Amino acid sequence: MHIVVCVKQVPDSAQIRVHPVTNTIMRQGVPAIVNPYDLFSLEAALQLKDRHGGRVTVISMGPPQAEAALKKCIAYGADEAILVTDRAFAGADTLATSFALASAIRQIEKDLRVDLVFTGKQTIDGDTAQVGPGIARRLGMQLLTYVSQIDTLDLDAGNIRVRRRAEGGVQLLETRLPCLITMLEGTSDMRFATMENMFRAARYQTRIWDKDAAGIEDTGKIGLKGSPTLVSKVFAPKPLSRRADIIDTESHEPRDLALTLVGKLFTQHPELRDSLAQQDA
Amino acid sequence: MTQANPAPAARKPAGRASYELDDRLKAYQGVWVFIEHEQGHVHPVSWELLGEGRTLADTLGVTLSGVVMGAPGLPTRRFCEEALFHGADNCYLIADSVLASYRNAPFTLGLTHLVNHYQPEILLLGATTQGRDLAGSVATTLETGLTADCTELSIDMDNRGLAATRPTFGGSLLCTIVTRNYRPQMATVRPRVMAMPARDPSRSGHIIEFPLDMVEDEIVTKVLEYLPDQTQGKPQLPFADIIVAGGRGLKKPENFQLVWNLARVLGAEVGATRPVVQANWVDSERQVGQSGKTVRPKLYIAAGISGAIQHRVGMEGADVIIAINNDPDAAIFEFAHYGIVGNAMTILPALTETFRQQIALARKAG
Repeated sequence: MHIVVCVKQVPDSAQIRVHPVTNTIMRQGVPAIVNPYDLFSLEAALQLKDRHGGRVTVISMGPPQAEAALKKCIAYGADEAILVTDRAFAGADTLATSFALASAIRQIEKDLRVDLVFTGKQTIDGDTAQVGPGIARRLGMQLLTYVSQIDTLDLDAGNIRVRRRAEGGVQLLETRLPCLITMLEGTSDMRFATMENMFRAARYQTRIWDKDAAGIEDTGKIGLKGSPTLVSKVFAPKPLSRRADIIDTESHEPRDLALTLVGKLFTQHPELRDSLAQQDA
Repeated sequence: MTQANPAPAARKPAGRASYELDDRLKAYQGVWVFIEHEQGHVHPVSWELLGEGRTLADTLGVTLSGVVMGAPGLPTRRFCEEALFHGADNCYLIADSVLASYRNAPFTLGLTHLVNHYQPEILLLGATTQGRDLAGSVATTLETGLTADCTELSIDMDNRGLAATRPTFGGSLLCTIVTRNYRPQMATVRPRVMAMPARDPSRSGHIIEFPLDMVEDEIVTKVLEYLPDQTQGKPQLPFADIIVAGGRGLKKPENFQLVWNLARVLGAEVGATRPVVQANWVDSERQVGQSGKTVRPKLYIAAGISGAIQHRVGMEGADVIIAINNDPDAAIFEFAHYGIVGNAMTILPALTETFRQQIALARKAG
């Protein structure tokens, strides 16, 4: 069995700060991490490999430094890693990204047939959730998004059963391989890297593919040129013009503050008082 | 990737102003909203999108249409009528038994064919598990632009293009995204971001049926079963009338009990910020903000919450916001309606007791 897992290196958004004067992102010192949602998919892939054997190939499109994210995946237990990197990819939106990754996966297939592709449900920097569905579409694979559990995988019959999160419930779905899966968060804890795999990752020679190696001929489909969407402006959210009515009392006692606040609230918003009074006691 | 790493400001502000649409693309007209339903219920985000779509269509001077796909029968027809009541001028309907439960392949095929046939300039979907699954597939098939999780949609009258604004970098900044020489322009919007339009049952319009052109044998993925969620006991934040939320200012997980106490007196749901959820004080279902839920309650009480953008984008649509924070310079006082500068650990119990008494008084008076 051969599984391809797509990962992305992202800035740790919890640590991003905006410069208070220039309103630009302060990138310095923000650590780059493997997109956390991708790890749920990598773990699911590694669990399938534990059970069924086979190979897990991780692939990423990004700048040369994204190799660090791939090495991390090798340390977790992935077998092979490919970094698809080329200046021609700069400015790619999700449509152009899915084109490049789908093309690279077709190249991987020339080496060994791919049974399953995994992507994260979304990234924490773009938050679009569009690249996974895009790759599936381009490869003509069945798409299973927001999977909370893989129930069975039958390699001989070539089919898989999963539980998919829907809005008001869970769908039990059965489909044929090859297919593309995006895992829901919280489905499993990422395993610890073993000493052996960490050593392997340190020595591992990541395969670096440019656009030609990824089998891309039509440069009109990648990078800025292949991107229908364009960022026309980036800006800081407008501070709202209102300023809170700060409740103050002479005593500064919590009880007085609370009474003044509730009094004002019920006078200025009688509808709130009425609906609260109508609730069951 | 543009949406993640916006072009540096030094580059020319591409996308603004002048570009000429191909004649082929000028034929694309009208605003469409995909009406999403599951288990016999339309997701309210669809009505919210019709409200927003109405404004866009009126600005452009074009028709607003709903799109309903589902099994033949009464409910899908009723959904079309409801779409008209919520602002659509007409509604497209693809009714086929293979559409009984949502599946990517037949829904992608149906919506793609419908778009190619009638050529709308804008197509909006809810940013739900169904809407995102479908939007990504349809946009790739049509090879057009799709902007996810928009918080604001407007028309750039210079070129009649859709300007879609969304948070970026985890909500620290906003960016406006345009789709140049591609149609339709697609966007998804999360539930509760847009206001619910008024329902007007006197509105009417045409229901236009369209064939699917796919049979069950051609569909690889089968739905074996659907297990509805046990909604009882599960938090329903997006549709709560009152929310009491706590943040890191509460210092210790034990102190979060004070939030629960106030919530009980108000019959409110409990919300939380990302750091509090990441520290496992409360369930992730209760996270409010860019990476959590978007809420629009009548009353939002924020205790020990500084008001980071990531949180603000999820709750600024509340009718009334009360903030309690010991830092008078906290960002939350910039957009709250009422504020108390003080220690949330002492203010919350006082507020709980005062609300209990005042509600009892109001009940007697009423």
